[in-house]
Amino acid sequence: MAIIETKNLTYTYPGGAKPSVRDVSVKIEKGEFVLVTGPSGCGKTTLCRCFNGLIPHFYQGELKGEVTAAGLKVAEQPICELAKHVGLVFQNPENQLFALSVEKDVAFGLENLGVPREEMRKRVDWALKLTGIYDLRERAPHELSGGQQQRAAIASVLAMQPEVIVLDEPTSFLDPLGAKKIFEVIYELNRKLGITTVLVEHRLDLTAKYVDHIIIMEDGKVVLDGEPREILSSKEARLIGVGIPKATRLYQILQKDRVKLGNAVPLSSDEMSALLRGVLKA
Amino acid sequence: MIEVKDVHFTYPNGVEALKGVSLTINNGEFAAIMGENGAGKTTLVKHFNGLLKPTKGSVLVDGVDTRKVSVATLARKVGFVFQNPDTQLFSETVEEEIAFALKNFGFKENIIKRRVTWALNLLGLVQYRKTSPFMLSGGERKRVALASVLAWNPKMLILDEPTIGQDYQQKEKLRQFIMQMKAQRRTIIIVTHDVEFVAECNPRVLLMRGGRMVTDGEARKVLTNPEILTQASVVPPQIAQIFIKLSDLGLPKNVIDVYEAREILLSVLEEQAK
Ligand SMILES: Nc1ncnc2c1ncn2[C@@H]1O[C@H](COP(=O)(O)OP(=O)(O)OP(=O)(O)O)[C@@H](O)[C@H]1O
Ligand SMILES: Nc1ncnc2c1ncn2[C@@H]1O[C@H](COP(=O)(O)OP(=O)(O)OP(=O)(O)O)[C@@H](O)[C@H]1O
Ligand SMILES: [Mg+2]
Ligand SMILES: [Mg+2]
Repeated sequence: MAIIETKNLTYTYPGGAKPSVRDVSVKIEKGEFVLVTGPSGCGKTTLCRCFNGLIPHFYQGELKGEVTAAGLKVAEQPICELAKHVGLVFQNPENQLFALSVEKDVAFGLENLGVPREEMRKRVDWALKLTGIYDLRERAPHELSGGQQQRAAIASVLAMQPEVIVLDEPTSFLDPLGAKKIFEVIYELNRKLGITTVLVEHRLDLTAKYVDHIIIMEDGKVVLDGEPREILSSKEARLIGVGIPKATRLYQILQKDRVKLGNAVPLSSDEMSALLRGVLKA
Repeated sequence: MIEVKDVHFTYPNGVEALKGVSLTINNGEFAAIMGENGAGKTTLVKHFNGLLKPTKGSVLVDGVDTRKVSVATLARKVGFVFQNPDTQLFSETVEEEIAFALKNFGFKENIIKRRVTWALNLLGLVQYRKTSPFMLSGGERKRVALASVLAWNPKMLILDEPTIGQDYQQKEKLRQFIMQMKAQRRTIIIVTHDVEFVAECNPRVLLMRGGRMVTDGEARKVLTNPEILTQASVVPPQIAQIFIKLSDLGLPKNVIDVYEAREILLSVLEEQAK
């Protein structure tokens, strides 16, 4: 069953010259790990805002079509109700943090959910540790580096353990090893707890291997929607300017040179080096 | 030239963000500062245009101590793009945002016009000339911040995380621009976590950790050394990972470029076929 579904969704911001999302119909199944990508300005963030009700409740503008999330009609439910089911990590972490300390920020959502004190303490510590900022819990968010702020923003959503987590470029400020670890954590939560994950990313090198489903947007529309290996090896994806993982890129280039590497398109360095090992003699 | 001499910096809350950093960046150099979150990268580069002054030690820009000149004087020479564009943007339209510094620096009206148009084109913002920066996407806002600094063509450019929110084509345009700047002997310093971008640019790489500079070398060497990288919380770019994994087959370990990888693999395969 689809946990998020849009039907002919078109949305124009107040004062916007044209729709930022145009006639989008997508289905995200329960438990899926979905990647949304496409050129800067194509409407990824706008689409995410439709999933948790920021559109149309916070951003007015003109909305056509339908969005359902976790069985709720987004247009008919208040943001606070939707927040119980769909957690959004903002593209800009500074916009998400407002409390006097990191810890209070992470606890805020749980307080709103009415989680009992003891359980709250446990979940806050769990999220702070997962994101590697436990030692910074008493700091004010503005006293943190960019990456530390982003970790706090991620922690505040993870702590709530919503049914759906939407992450809008969640690791753009993270150091590469930190980004890798956070993606491992998110993947584990996705597999173990079945949390549906929607990830917006430009850098696919770190993420392609985790995803079940890719949605590529361009100029407000969904232009590709389907199986990752198929989509990332397609010419269309490259022409749109998607940052194809370098392992996949090398595979494509060698294919053109008639090197026989088989038909399983690699998405990671592990997969690509295994393919090369098959053709290279020791 | 930027000379950093044993710089220490402590924030008012007592956090010691820099613990004795020394380094020299020459005119015409292109350097990328990388390293773990909280390592002190942003704190360090904020010293280059005088936004922060060392608690101990000194920073000289073209021989002048940053403590002895005003931020305004330094700003003309050292352009700075913040990690978070929202701290930088305030104008009502993109065009005004880009023109602001040019006006401040006393450029003539016709030159301002020309430079604004040039910057809008370079960063793919032409259609947003009259739009408010706050009605743009995250990546677009970052490009407005970049445009507003690139427009006045400063002698030194400090870009904190320039590729955030940028798609592959925008990054490629940025890379080409940086290479042009380098050819004109401008100094470019980027702070970035984007290993793949660094691999494509092949600059001097500086790794930071815990308020200290831990490595300084060319990208091809630094980015293919997993031990050094791990210390600084960086992972090798994907092509390097592939070659490191295959090094037992006698392949070189220091490859970061996809086309170089192709050449090497093709020649090995050709050799094998004989
Ligand atoms: N305004 C501030 N007040 C107090 N401490 C700060 C402030 N800004 C940064 N810090 C602290 O100083 C240290 C260095 O921060 P800095 O922002 O220079 O890191 P960075 O290397 O740029 O990290 P990132 O990759 O996350 O952007 C960190 O421990 C951080 O928490
Ligand atoms: N608050 C707003 N008001 C009006 N227009 C907006 C607003 N936010 C974004 N837009 C416009 O809507 C379009 C889609 O923006 P969106 O933020 O969804 O893009 P994105 O795909 O997330 O881009 P990026 O990768 O740069 O973050 C862009 O053309 C942008 O200029
Ligand atoms: Mg966005
Ligand atoms: Mg920083």
